[in-house]
Amino acid sequence: MSAPLLRLTGLRKSFGEHEVLRGIDLELHAHEVVALIGASGSGKSTLLRTVNLLETIDDGVIELRGDDIADPRTDADRIRSRIGTVFQQFNLFPHLSVIDNVTLAARHVHRVPRARAKSRGLELLDRVGLAHKADDFPDRLSGGQQQRVAIARALATEPELLLLDEITSALDPELVGEVLDLVRTLAEGGTTILMATHEMAFARDVAHRVVFLDGGVIVEQGPPAEVFAAPREERTCAFLARFLG
Amino acid sequence: MSRLLREPGGPADLSEVELGRRAYRRGRQQRSVLVAALSTVAFAVVMWITLANTPGWPRVQETFFSWEHAVRAFPAVAEGFLLNLRVLAIASVLVLIVGLAIALLRTLRGPVFFPIRFLAAAYTDVFRGVPLILVLYLVGFGIPGLRITDDFIPGEVLGTAALVLTYSAYVSEVFRAGIEAVHPSQRLAARAMGLSHAKTLRLVVIPQAVRKVTPALMNDFVALQKDVGLISVLGAVDAVRSAQIATAASFNFTPYVVAGVLFVLLAIPTVRLTDWYTARVRRREQMGAVV
Repeated sequence: MSAPLLRLTGLRKSFGEHEVLRGIDLELHAHEVVALIGASGSGKSTLLRTVNLLETIDDGVIELRGDDIADPRTDADRIRSRIGTVFQQFNLFPHLSVIDNVTLAARHVHRVPRARAKSRGLELLDRVGLAHKADDFPDRLSGGQQQRVAIARALATEPELLLLDEITSALDPELVGEVLDLVRTLAEGGTTILMATHEMAFARDVAHRVVFLDGGVIVEQGPPAEVFAAPREERTCAFLARFLG
Repeated sequence: MSRLLREPGGPADLSEVELGRRAYRRGRQQRSVLVAALSTVAFAVVMWITLANTPGWPRVQETFFSWEHAVRAFPAVAEGFLLNLRVLAIASVLVLIVGLAIALLRTLRGPVFFPIRFLAAAYTDVFRGVPLILVLYLVGFGIPGLRITDDFIPGEVLGTAALVLTYSAYVSEVFRAGIEAVHPSQRLAARAMGLSHAKTLRLVVIPQAVRKVTPALMNDFVALQKDVGLISVLGAVDAVRSAQIATAASFNFTPYVVAGVLFVLLAIPTVRLTDWYTARVRRREQMGAVV
């Protein structure tokens, strides 16, 4: 197999006394879809935030295409511009229209000319089924629509890696489907995705690999069929039993 | 057909229950308008009678509200007022720029910027604490004392500088409150897509902060509108100073009232606009609520 797109080695992160990540080793290859599962507080979100350098790490190495990006001498803005992030709470910019939300990074980070950024943005909105909302403001959209715009915004700069941080957790149950369908399409299209999720059925369907985190360490990982059907670790069993009922 | 389920369409199709409710509301509204009008008139009449019956009223009326003196003083006061308007225009633009700059300096993070942060904080503390009149005196008589230039510096220039110093301190605090009121997740989203700190401020934080603090800024603008009259203490011949000159010549105080009326006329549109804008923001934020 080729060199991994992302490689985490011995990653540690504490908040005060509380050690959230206690030595994480993880590899992610291009076009791979990896789901992080685990209870609240197991470190899933922190792990994602360290990858796009929104948190500094206490120890370990984060390599993106072989470069150590946790090195303080790296240009963090440059690294972040290569990674797309979608948040649990959408975090759309309320003062910008939908299309301006989508094209902001392209125009101001990647310096794409306005017209080209817009046509590319409209294409993306069309892909998420919201081209007709391009000139609306985010507060006129439902939660599911807002999250689809946030996904289009994250894709607008053609990121090498897409980070999804529990993107359906803030949605009403009837709106979860439209967002998951979109992610499924992206996964099938070859987008490299690292996602934290509580949607076990979705992880089982879409992820190539499931990673179970507990207490800041990776307890078990493997193809979803194996991890869900026949977990090897006792802690995984307990977690899945609680979740799947 | 049920009384509540009629064909949709014009108001004629409303149910009897709703028509009754509307008639009741209309009645209540007419009543409250009537009560308001009557009570206003009654209040004005009482005020007028009370004032007019004080022993000194004829004398006060002649000294402060003389039509003849008002007409005579008006041209000079109005010309002075134009100076106030010019000072207001220049000062308000400068205050916005300096105020925002100070606010941004105070948001800088990291030990390198400590001296800048400290100076910006000290500036706002000092100039919010010192009375405006003292700042006017200190700038108005202190700056010429430095003899930076041999040319005479007009009072209106020094006065504008003093106003900008004081008001920038207030406005920077307003901006800072606005910047801090933008939710951290907005910053996070902007930085996550690779925007630099400066671009995040410019494109994401400041536009939202300005929207949040516009009513407060307009309120400070109203305050500045009347405080531009204080430049008269530095000898600038503005509306207040012109009124003072006219008063000294005639021993009649009506020119002050003329100047006061001009300032009020200037303030009314801004005050109304502020009220309208604040109400609009409130409506947007509590959509659907009755209270």
